[in-house]
Amino acid sequence: MKKIKCALIGSGNIGTDLIYKIKRSPVLEPVWMVGIDPASEGLARARELGLKTTAEGVDGLLPHVLEDGIQIAFDATSAYVHAENSRKLNELGVMMIDLTPAAIGPLCVPPVNLRQHADRVEMNVNMISCAGQATIPIVNAVSRVQGVEYAEIVASLASKSVGPGTRANLDEFTYTTSSAIEKVGGAKKGKALAIINPAEPPLIMRNTIYCLTESAPDQARITESILQMIGEVQKYVPGYRLVNGPSYDGNKVSVFMEVAGLGDYLPKYAGNLDIMTAAATRTAEMFAEEILAGKIKLKTAEVA
Amino acid sequence: MSESNLKGRKVVLHDMCLRDGMHAKREQISVAQMVKVATALDDAGIPYLQATHGAGLGGNSLQHGFALASNEEYIAAVASRMKQAKVSVLLIPGLGTMRELQAAYDAGARSVHVATHCTEADTAPQHIAFARKLGMDTTGFLMMSHLNDAAGIAQQGKLMESYGAQTVYVTDSAGYMLPADATARVRALREVLKPETEIGFHGHHNLGMGIANSIAAIEAGATRIDGSVAGLGAGAGNTPLEVFAAVCERMGIETGVDLFKLMDVAEDVIVPMMDHMVRVDRESLTLGFAGVYSTFLLHAKRAAERFGVPARDILVELGRKKMIGGQEDMIQDTAMTMARERGVTDAA
Repeated sequence: MKKIKCALIGSGNIGTDLIYKIKRSPVLEPVWMVGIDPASEGLARARELGLKTTAEGVDGLLPHVLEDGIQIAFDATSAYVHAENSRKLNELGVMMIDLTPAAIGPLCVPPVNLRQHADRVEMNVNMISCAGQATIPIVNAVSRVQGVEYAEIVASLASKSVGPGTRANLDEFTYTTSSAIEKVGGAKKGKALAIINPAEPPLIMRNTIYCLTESAPDQARITESILQMIGEVQKYVPGYRLVNGPSYDGNKVSVFMEVAGLGDYLPKYAGNLDIMTAAATRTAEMFAEEILAGKIKLKTAEVA
Repeated sequence: MSESNLKGRKVVLHDMCLRDGMHAKREQISVAQMVKVATALDDAGIPYLQATHGAGLGGNSLQHGFALASNEEYIAAVASRMKQAKVSVLLIPGLGTMRELQAAYDAGARSVHVATHCTEADTAPQHIAFARKLGMDTTGFLMMSHLNDAAGIAQQGKLMESYGAQTVYVTDSAGYMLPADATARVRALREVLKPETEIGFHGHHNLGMGIANSIAAIEAGATRIDGSVAGLGAGAGNTPLEVFAAVCERMGIETGVDLFKLMDVAEDVIVPMMDHMVRVDRESLTLGFAGVYSTFLLHAKRAAERFGVPARDILVELGRKKMIGGQEDMIQDTAMTMARERGVTDAA
């Protein structure tokens, strides 16, 4: 079966983990990996796994986009260079999946609004943040039943799974995630908290979601909606697990989740990184399925 | 014995009643009460006092509780009435942001504790640099310092200093340390930090060691000490500041505060405000003994009532699971799991 060819930009943990997830996909094929350091472990691993690589950044990839038929690119670099990467690749008809906090395209949480983005053939979608991917489905599961006045999420991350980029820019993480809780989660107001815990052995990612409903919560319907949503996320993140709740206290709904990764390239405790790569892969698959079925067409100079 | 080798040493006291004390009051101190306490402390010569939500900037939340007023309202009300004291705030990156720091500054805050867990200093560079840019008295505050050894604390403190922190604090959030622990960490910091960088100590009294630890810290080179009048703070409270001031006076350490006025604030203003006697009791002692974040105390008591598992058992389990400051959500989670395993309730 024909697969859609992909490029991975950024040869760090996220980019490297993506190789494994994309390789498993029935509709995606990783072809290029782009880095900036010829000695990076990610590029070496990509070569071992049969990908073409360049250490010249996105400019090293551009001359090959058309001849190699690249249609989807994942950007796991930084918010600072994403806009430029996206512009260059969009010009060549390549659709961008943005794993940085740049968020120049619409925010995407697959079980909530991926369908809508695919129908509109968005050429750039943003994956928000790990905490966003892990919590917004639950906020949405409540808000689709009844109005949510306020939603707050607490993400606890293992210290070893939080890279220097996130550490140096925690405020961006807070702003991006808070805003997505409102825009995608459907809460009137959102707030995101992050805690980095250095315990050894590392703790698996935990997420707590609190929602304040506008009127007394319809417990049966909310619980059913949450359980259904968890099932949707588990389709692409099998380690997405309800630990406790939903628990009801007045208008407050509390849900306690755990996210274990698949352990592809990243360790299992790093569910925060895994849920990003899994959600990005799921997003690419939806676009790929539609392209392959002839339902949508990227604005591209047609390739083979 | 009334004087010591510390005679003549100058130490800056920093009162925590109106920030750490918010925890002990479930964030329910009113603006009027804050003004009353702060003006009394100002009058007693306290040079710095912290006034925000217990969890600091951004603290108003379901996770940490909602205070009676916004941080800006508290800060503005207090700062506008200070004759000499500077108002400070707490900022924990991941919870508070630079936008909130700017708002606190605009309301009159002139000093900040930028706090991270004792191994995660590298989450604070933006916030420390921004505080310095605003011209604030800027502290790097290493919470739960007992969970990192002296060499580790020195390395983390050096990072804080490199971002621009003018003071680095050893913060005994769990009230777990003994004097030798405080000495080792402060000494290690003193060895690596620039001479002009100050060192501070923030104690909790869960093992009754707040004063002894603070004195040990001063002996090892600390020049700033946090405490709270009458000990109003999380857990068994902070180092009781009027008691500490008395000890300093006996030892010849110069704090510049009026001891008797401070004693009056404790007795006449703070103690009548307490909802419960802030003291070493079974649960707060458990915090100190097991090394658990002091703020967890009242949350654990509430979870104990709701889910039928003793607070002490919950606290010990949180210590075993290595939960740190900010993970208050894990208290209910842990209580629910324990209740289910014990067949106590259908954890609702």
